[in-house]
Amino acid sequence: MSDILIMILCTLGCITVLIAAVGIVRMPDFFTRLSVTIKAATLGIGLLLAAAAVFFADISISTKVLAITFFLFLTAPVAGHMIGRASYFTGTKLWKGSVRDDLEGKYDKETHSLGSESREDEESIS
Amino acid sequence: MSLNDYLFWVVLPILCLAVVLVAYRFFKGPSIVDRVIALDLMITIGIGIITIYSIMTKQSTFLDDAMILALIAFLGTVAFSYYLEKKEEK
Repeated sequence: MSDILIMILCTLGCITVLIAAVGIVRMPDFFTRLSVTIKAATLGIGLLLAAAAVFFADISISTKVLAITFFLFLTAPVAGHMIGRASYFTGTKLWKGSVRDDLEGKYDKETHSLGSESREDEESIS
Repeated sequence: MSLNDYLFWVVLPILCLAVVLVAYRFFKGPSIVDRVIALDLMITIGIGIITIYSIMTKQSTFLDDAMILALIAFLGTVAFSYYLEKKEEK
């Protein structure tokens, strides 16, 4: 019975990871690639680790699995935010089909601070 | 079909195919940030492979290595983004 459960969890997890890998190859743009990477990989690895927890059925292993999953869930958004911010500063182009860029002109190129108003507007007023 | 056969013949090949696809993006990637997230995803898939391997060999000790790999992937991505931003400031 638990073998069936482990098989189901492993299959779902590895298919999710495969979808993330196909997405990182097929997506047209850095930012879309970033979104597909973080979410799908976190879910897939969480399912694979859950399969390990079911297989060993031990409280120490379950705690270890929970710690790894919690760590991944905690660090993946932080790393995604930092690399997205760095790529925006280094001038990564958006996909030509992107509809709008909300951050356009709102980052100060000198101090790297984020303002709510457009920088060009402030300069034209003053 | 036993659990070990299923893991060896179905789950591990799918994960290896995923690693190959990510490695394609890692070598081709137009910009350096693409390569950074491809490396991050590759290490994350490595955590999954370690988990499957620890189930196959019934050795739960391998999960410690998975935890360390997760830590290294996070630190690598953060360090890369930090220095990319520093390089832009100059």
